[in-house]
Amino acid sequence: MKMSGAKIVIESMIQEGVEVVFGYPGGAIMNVYDEIYKQDSFEHILTRHEQAAVHAADGYARATGKVGVAFLTSGPGFTNGVTGLATAYTDSIPLVVISGQVPTGLIGTDAFQEIDAVGISRPCTKHNFLVKDVKDLAYIIKEAFYLAKSGRPGPVHIDIPKDVTAAKTEFVYPKEVDLKTYKPNTKGNKRQLKKAVEAIKQAKKPLVYIGGGAILSNSATLVREFVHTTQIPAVETLMAKGVLRYDDPLNLGMVGMHGTYAANMAMAEADLIISLGARFDDRVTGRLDEFAKDAKIIHIDIDPTSISKIVHADYPIVGDLKNVLEDMMPLIKSQIDPEQYAYFRNIVERYNQLHPLSFHDSDKVLKPQWVIQKTGEILADKAIVVTDVGQHQMWAAQYYPFTYPREFITSGGLGTMGFGFPAAIGAKRAKKDKIVVNFSGDGSILMNIQELVTAYEYKLPVINIILNNNYLGMVRQWQTMFYDDRLAETDLSIQPDFVQLAQACGGKGYRVKTKEEFIQALNDAIKQPVPVMIDVIIDRREIVLPMVPAGESLSNTIVEYHDPKAIENKG
Amino acid sequence: MKKILSVIVENEHGVLARVVNLFAGRGYNIDSLTVAPIPQSNYSRMTIATQGEPHVFEQIAKQLNKLVPVYKVIESDNFIEKEMAMVKFPIENSLSDIDALARCYNGSISNVSDDFIVATIIDRPARIDNFIKGIKRYNPIEIVRSGVSVIDR
Ligand SMILES: Cc1ncc(C[n+]2csc(CCOP(=O)(O)OP(=O)(O)O)c2C)c(N)n1
Ligand SMILES: [Mg+2]
Repeated sequence: MKMSGAKIVIESMIQEGVEVVFGYPGGAIMNVYDEIYKQDSFEHILTRHEQAAVHAADGYARATGKVGVAFLTSGPGFTNGVTGLATAYTDSIPLVVISGQVPTGLIGTDAFQEIDAVGISRPCTKHNFLVKDVKDLAYIIKEAFYLAKSGRPGPVHIDIPKDVTAAKTEFVYPKEVDLKTYKPNTKGNKRQLKKAVEAIKQAKKPLVYIGGGAILSNSATLVREFVHTTQIPAVETLMAKGVLRYDDPLNLGMVGMHGTYAANMAMAEADLIISLGARFDDRVTGRLDEFAKDAKIIHIDIDPTSISKIVHADYPIVGDLKNVLEDMMPLIKSQIDPEQYAYFRNIVERYNQLHPLSFHDSDKVLKPQWVIQKTGEILADKAIVVTDVGQHQMWAAQYYPFTYPREFITSGGLGTMGFGFPAAIGAKRAKKDKIVVNFSGDGSILMNIQELVTAYEYKLPVINIILNNNYLGMVRQWQTMFYDDRLAETDLSIQPDFVQLAQACGGKGYRVKTKEEFIQALNDAIKQPVPVMIDVIIDRREIVLPMVPAGESLSNTIVEYHDPKAIENKG
Repeated sequence: MKKILSVIVENEHGVLARVVNLFAGRGYNIDSLTVAPIPQSNYSRMTIATQGEPHVFEQIAKQLNKLVPVYKVIESDNFIEKEMAMVKFPIENSLSDIDALARCYNGSISNVSDDFIVATIIDRPARIDNFIKGIKRYNPIEIVRSGVSVIDR
């Protein structure tokens, strides 16, 4: 039977097992929306902005490990979605984003709502397609899903002109894709692996450095086994939260710009760094020529371009972390004596005791760290924690008690303000039995605030906890520390009434200024069937510590900072 | 340091843009680039002359390989390198001088019109540099270089 391109899109989604699509219609993609109307195999969630549609698909993907799907129209619909593509791209999140395009005959004529979409998405997708013939459509969709989730995952964009969604052809969904030019290397080289194990055996001060790849490859269990068998201390990146439990005695916490003192010092002093799915981002390494000066490096990564890009790897292993660790564990078990690292464990433990992660709590004003810790006590592992970008994001990473992978969803690589709320909606749609909390800032939350309506309409009761400092806090922190406190355009004293704003959109709002109020509000919020905003008035001069100033070495981690304008005296 | 990469890519929409954008986006140099279909196949060959540090080449090669339609990146120290140059001279020059010179560089005279002499040569890029230096005194009007093509020995 012949089928229109639009119908092929729908049938392909069904073949891929897609249960939800986030999107926003418009002229160029109307044929597809007409077919959405006629089917009930998957749900379509109408966000109130295309950026939010892509972030929601992204949140869904991060919460489940499945491919997230978004539909956009041409021109402005597509360009609104670009931030979503870029966000997913930098964090290697599998998405398939389909956009409508003007009819083939009009491409290149500056037609109404025409934009060179594949030209724009090329540098911020893993791959993209312009479909010129309906006969290619099914295969391209199959290929897109395969590319999105295989190898190093990432977003794939398909641009479909309107005449292609109208044209008809026989629908055959391919069972397999075989790409001669794309064969990700998933098995690590055995010889390299043996050499790496030998290096671990020789090391006196080895350190495990865990990245987001450990989550993307679903290898948290293996990473835990590796760390516990060897008893080698570990540091984690922002993207690796939850791979190890927060209270694992071998977990030194986050490394890098806002990493713990112990993690940063361990990184600076290690003689062997065992990188598991991490990519030596500049927010992690600090000043490069000082980074891990005395260390040899084992780098396990599915993407060869990540290896020796920033830091030379002495033992490069290209492969899927899960496969590599599976192959490595028998060698580790038979060859490694955990006692040999007792000395280094002892050193890092002393660093940890010297400057544990800490803040000065107060009875006069709410401290953001307290709010996060308290939320962690109340919700613990019942929640998925999403964040926006800024100080609140770092505090959430530092103070929430994460215990399992995919519990923490944050825009790490791109640092996209406005990501949190729509991503939380996507995560809630994926995991309805979880409480989904979005820690946001008074700046970030406004960047996708319209999604209150979406969350209300689709009964996705996300809890937004706004750590309200009346500032673009993270920028303000840099201004205070490095620009003599000249607060250029970071004061957000003028802001909406978040309680009323929530109510206006069918949600529920709370404003809290004390610990009691917060606890009460949160306990009440959990019971709400509607989206919630808890506007938490916090100490507006609080800063994120520890901090390694940009361009300095990890051993220069600042643990105390005296703010002359602090509202509250320390202690 | 100079280096030549021979890149075999699938013959499809946008593949040249992907390669060129990769170089532009990551700040790599392109000295020259040639591209043409490989006969009786669905592939094209791009020959890219670039320069930089060895660790940069390593990244470039890996990044190219990561592009989905790239089939193979060939780096070799054993390439035969050839480039073509076409040069237009004023008619006032001695035809035999130019012909003799061109012959030294595997070339010949391609055209003589009322106003101009056009010579074409095919040789190693370094020799083409020499040729271009050598013809200065004949006041060349226009010089067109094709960019380098290579094949493994
Ligand atoms: C879309 C976008 N624009 C600008 C920035 C730069 N930026 C990083 S953090 C930040 C301040 C965020 O303020 P807020 O959401 O209130 O969080 P806070 O730092 O106060 O906790 C800004 C402007 C960004 N990361 N993303
Ligand atoms: Mg703020």
